[in-house]
Amino acid sequence: MRLLVVEDDPVLSDGLCVGLGIAGFTTDPVTTLADARAALETGGFGGVVLDIMLPDGSGLDLLGELRGRGDRIPVLLLTARDRVRDRVTGLDAGADDYLGKPFDLDELSARLRAMLRRHEGRAAGLISWNGLSLDPAAQTGRFRDRHLHFSRREFAILYALIEHPGHIWSKSQLEERLYGWQEEVESNTVEVYIHHLRAKLGRDFIRTVRGLGYRLAEKTGT
Amino acid sequence: MSIKLRLFLILALATGLVWLSAVLWIEGSTRAQVEKVLDARLAQSANMVSSLISDHRIEVGDAADKPATITMPASADYSRQLSCQIWSLRGDLVGASSGAPQSRLAGKEGFTTSLIDGENWRVYSVSNADLGVTVMVGDRVTMRDSLVYDVVAGLLWPALVILPLVGLLIWVSVGRGLAPLERLETALRVRSPVDLSPLPEGPAPREIRPVRRALNGLFAQLERVRRTERDFTAFAAHELKTPLAGLRMQAQIARQAKDDATRGKALAAIELSVDRTDRMVRQLLDLATVEGEDNAPEWVDLAALCSDLSMSLRQPADAFGAQLTCDVPAGSGIVTNRFLLFAALRNIAENAILASPQGGQVRLSVRQEGWNVVIRVTDEGPGIDPADLSRVTDRFYRGRATPFQGSGLGLAIVVAAAERMNGTLTFPTSDRGQAVEVTLPR
Repeated sequence: MRLLVVEDDPVLSDGLCVGLGIAGFTTDPVTTLADARAALETGGFGGVVLDIMLPDGSGLDLLGELRGRGDRIPVLLLTARDRVRDRVTGLDAGADDYLGKPFDLDELSARLRAMLRRHEGRAAGLISWNGLSLDPAAQTGRFRDRHLHFSRREFAILYALIEHPGHIWSKSQLEERLYGWQEEVESNTVEVYIHHLRAKLGRDFIRTVRGLGYRLAEKTGT
Repeated sequence: MSIKLRLFLILALATGLVWLSAVLWIEGSTRAQVEKVLDARLAQSANMVSSLISDHRIEVGDAADKPATITMPASADYSRQLSCQIWSLRGDLVGASSGAPQSRLAGKEGFTTSLIDGENWRVYSVSNADLGVTVMVGDRVTMRDSLVYDVVAGLLWPALVILPLVGLLIWVSVGRGLAPLERLETALRVRSPVDLSPLPEGPAPREIRPVRRALNGLFAQLERVRRTERDFTAFAAHELKTPLAGLRMQAQIARQAKDDATRGKALAAIELSVDRTDRMVRQLLDLATVEGEDNAPEWVDLAALCSDLSMSLRQPADAFGAQLTCDVPAGSGIVTNRFLLFAALRNIAENAILASPQGGQVRLSVRQEGWNVVIRVTDEGPGIDPADLSRVTDRFYRGRATPFQGSGLGLAIVVAAAERMNGTLTFPTSDRGQAVEVTLPR
């Protein structure tokens, strides 16, 4: 899942990107509201981690703009102002969750997963399709009574496919979910990860749609 | 002493004094009146006796050994105290009223006062040349005094009853008069210590209105100060919590990292964050100290100050590869508060060092302009963005494109310190890098 991290403190921003990376997220850091607006224009983000006090204004303004134009992208507010009144203001402004600084990396990851899950309309932490169930928290899966481990990027591709079964994902769409802006995209990596996944799940679990991309196979009824 | 008691005592004392002087005046005038009336009576009585003898209605004996007794009616107290003597020119007592003293009442004609048998007498003597006798009529001074005393006492007794009543009236009146003040006092006493709202407007005596106005002004000022402090505290909390969040995040990464490179990076970030937080805490303390600093001005040698400055900035200067040079003429100095000047220059120079490119020069120079001393610090960094200049001295304001992550407090400290030294902070245009000038009165 790709997240936009809007935080002006370099140490914290770096920590968020690395920490959320360990937790299985792909992150793109920006430090100002202007950069955040530009990044959101390009799209492709599953959620936003938003600091309130930014050099060129308040994160709450950006949140207001997003909600004002009907954008339902999940937003987690991150701020030092965490009195009840501030939290109420943030949530009423349209935030999906609110976390006061300093926070725990595991709690942040769990909240982000819960937030994204709610956004997708699921109540359970696990997501499953055709005999495969994925646990986003542990980045593990269970397939026909076998316990499977995935690398971060393998999991990201599989998660994207299961999130929208039937949807055909192009190679570039999948790359977008795998890499932040600052990361160098290696050629053929998507093919390599798909190859690894097929080795773990069987050849037919992921279908190649010639010329378009990849999608999951139809349900087999098991 | 309360105003009420004070007013009461003043009014009671004044009233008492007025009463007392009235009593003294009445006593004096009564005495004069009584003397006049009684003297007239003495003279009248003496003349009457003298004419009675002349008509021979009363026979005066010849011999001194058997003086005649004139019986006077013994009805009233006063009459009984009136005594009459008739003396022959030879010096024999030829007649006397009953109860009159045996010794001669007076030695000469007219009014006299004489001491007889230990008592003061007022006597009137008149000579009857036809019969060769002197008629003397006198009364006791103590009797006259008691008459005056009776009059004064008649005035004093009602006064003693009325005075407490007057006192009570004064007490009540003073209380009523001070009621608006008491209402103000109650309004102030019952409000909570955090309530800084203005006192309610409304009718008030002319004397209370300026007090209320002054209090409301004070409340407004306190409210402003408190809001600024609250904002400052909220900002400070935010600014301290953000690096704390970064520290915690990086610490968790260091613990969870699977490879040494990630762990090493996280630990380096922790160190950087600790340094920055430490600088921020020091600046917060500096700001508080600068605002509360009230040491006396002293002679500050600017060359020595500058070398102390480069000593204290050695660590960041080495880290950023910048060099601080002092271009200060020997012996130049200024009378000011050393701590404030040092805090101001330290923050300016530290900013300059942090903004410097590798190997950059930070130069501190001093010049005199009329009655002012101008201390100028220049660097070779990118300079402050002109769009940020107006806000760059605001607390916690960081320029949008700062080359380093500051606390946003440095220049706020400089401004506060310069103000305390009656100086100013300016950012003159410079061909290269940024110039900052502190102008101080000599």
